[in-house]
Amino acid sequence: MTEPLLSVRDLRVEFPNRRGTLTALDGISFDIAPGEVLGMVGESGAGKSLTGAAIIGLLEPPGRIAGGEIRLKGQRIDTLSPEQMRRIRGKRIGMVFQDPLTSLNPLYTVAQQLVETIRTHMPLSEVDARKRAIALLDRVGIPAAARRIDDYPHHFSGGMRQRVVIALALCAEPELVIADEPTTALDVSVQAQIIDLIKEICAERGAAVMLITHDMGVIAETADRVAVLYAGRLAEIGPVRDVILDAAHPYTRGLMGSIPTLTQESDRLVQIPGAMPRLSSIPTGCAFNPRCPEAFDRCRTERPVPLDRPGGRQVACWLAAKESAHG
Amino acid sequence: MADPLLQIEGLWRRFDVSKPWLNRVIEREKPQLLTAVADVSFDIARGETFALVGESGSGKSTIARMIVGLLGASEGRIRFDGKDMTEMAPSDLRALRRRFQMIFQDPFASLNPRWRVGDIIAEPMRTFGLATGAEAATEVARLLETVGLSARDAEKFPHEFSGGQRQRIAIARALSSKPEFIVCDEPTSALDVSVQAQILNLMRDLQDEFGLTYLFISHDLSVVRHMASRIGVLYLGRLVEVADAKALFRAPCHPYTRMLLDAVPDLALSGRRRKPVSGEIPNPISPPAGCAFHPRCPAMTEACKQAIPAPRPTATGMAACIRLDMAETAAR
Repeated sequence: MTEPLLSVRDLRVEFPNRRGTLTALDGISFDIAPGEVLGMVGESGAGKSLTGAAIIGLLEPPGRIAGGEIRLKGQRIDTLSPEQMRRIRGKRIGMVFQDPLTSLNPLYTVAQQLVETIRTHMPLSEVDARKRAIALLDRVGIPAAARRIDDYPHHFSGGMRQRVVIALALCAEPELVIADEPTTALDVSVQAQIIDLIKEICAERGAAVMLITHDMGVIAETADRVAVLYAGRLAEIGPVRDVILDAAHPYTRGLMGSIPTLTQESDRLVQIPGAMPRLSSIPTGCAFNPRCPEAFDRCRTERPVPLDRPGGRQVACWLAAKESAHG
Repeated sequence: MADPLLQIEGLWRRFDVSKPWLNRVIEREKPQLLTAVADVSFDIARGETFALVGESGSGKSTIARMIVGLLGASEGRIRFDGKDMTEMAPSDLRALRRRFQMIFQDPFASLNPRWRVGDIIAEPMRTFGLATGAEAATEVARLLETVGLSARDAEKFPHEFSGGQRQRIAIARALSSKPEFIVCDEPTSALDVSVQAQILNLMRDLQDEFGLTYLFISHDLSVVRHMASRIGVLYLGRLVEVADAKALFRAPCHPYTRMLLDAVPDLALSGRRRKPVSGEIPNPISPPAGCAFHPRCPAMTEACKQAIPAPRPTATGMAACIRLDMAETAAR
């Protein structure tokens, strides 16, 4: 494998509070290769968005990185000062957030916001920056970009606004784009357009994408590899096809079974009993063991280590470890 | 149709979105009306699950709110069990209301945070005089167990529960007046998929147990496919297609339905190529002339711009698209 663009090792994020310390992310490790789309799925509270926030250095205090390291093209970025990090954000790492209405400033026109961002990161004159902004808007599919660029965000529909946000993220030709639920606030027909756009543009510019979403369908359509998070820990990571069609972790299997699909005929959905544990009471051993239909003694006492499987997959499950020991 | 429980006929709802009177006079503007629901008719048979799907702004929730009486209709009739609710005396309507209930989308907003769960669930019983005191308490305990919670949970407050558990409480409350018909407005869209599966399974079990009829509103076609026996597709306030669930997914008649189906991400990774979908739902204040879908329709003809297409019968329902006539003539 070529040198990864982003490399996260044993990332641990903690939230200290009066009653002790909550560990929100624990032992998260993954790589993203240049030009690759890595999907990150999990249910609410699994730590998807937190992983993204830790990478771009936007953890809300008192949250802090308590261990591990994050490298962008070999350079450590988790130890940089806020000032140095600010220069990387926007320039080398672009961001697309869930709600396009709140990620644009309602008091400035789209032109002002794009030109400001472009000029912050690139040595361009006002006129050139504006030209570049129009070209970008045109690229993300905004009709009559040269005219609409002077509109305010509220003049655009939700889908168009998300296109503006994508243009904003791509302003300075970032190497990595972190997209946090980019299609969740949109209707299905528009969602499909935005997914296609993200895929196309990143392929065209060779940018890697970390796509955070709770929607397996979006991952299936977009990502090359997928990481499944559960209670702040990595359950499974591997190529999308393998994980979706042949999940190795019981949690992933349950998750896939609980999604109604358009093709499958069934009366009942698979259901995972219970709910994800609170951060303050993560069970000992495997975090999933109380809900796992296949848990055995070892799962209740010892925390599973991520185990390499053929085909570039990793699974943190004792059951998988047992199987590979036997087979 | 055999034994319809709910019949909707030519239902309209317009909202006045004009600026204040003084602004209108100064700026010389006419009053503006937004037509949220236009000429919608459908029947729901006893014991079935009828689903309404569509994108935001298509009028799904407005129809639901008119059916339960949270909004008045501008025109049209709503008949429940043969009785016209639009011209009923308030006292008669009240008696009828016991028989239908609603489950809302956001379980964080639909439960009163200052009430104990037991009081929340008992409220419909008390309002309709079905049970009081100890009797109500036993009934609450029974309902809580029916929806998969414990009888002791009656003492707790809503904030002590997760989203999925709250939705169970909302379902218990809906069941407490012993309704026949439940309107479910996006009951699972605020929930995670694994919790959604639990709630959808529960809703199906309850339907079998109590013989409930559901009006199920959702924007998620895969959820609708799992739940519904019949489906109505809305676009900009108009029904464009109604069909049996199986038929609709196998062979959609209206191009909009086909587009919606194509837009659903493919989880089976079958390599199905999605047709690119263009455009967005237009502004309902000034909908396109003729068929409202024509600017986005891949098969648009000149005739589509002229007149609003009338509903045409299909194998299991209806579709409002003029191409259906042409397809029929071509087939002959």
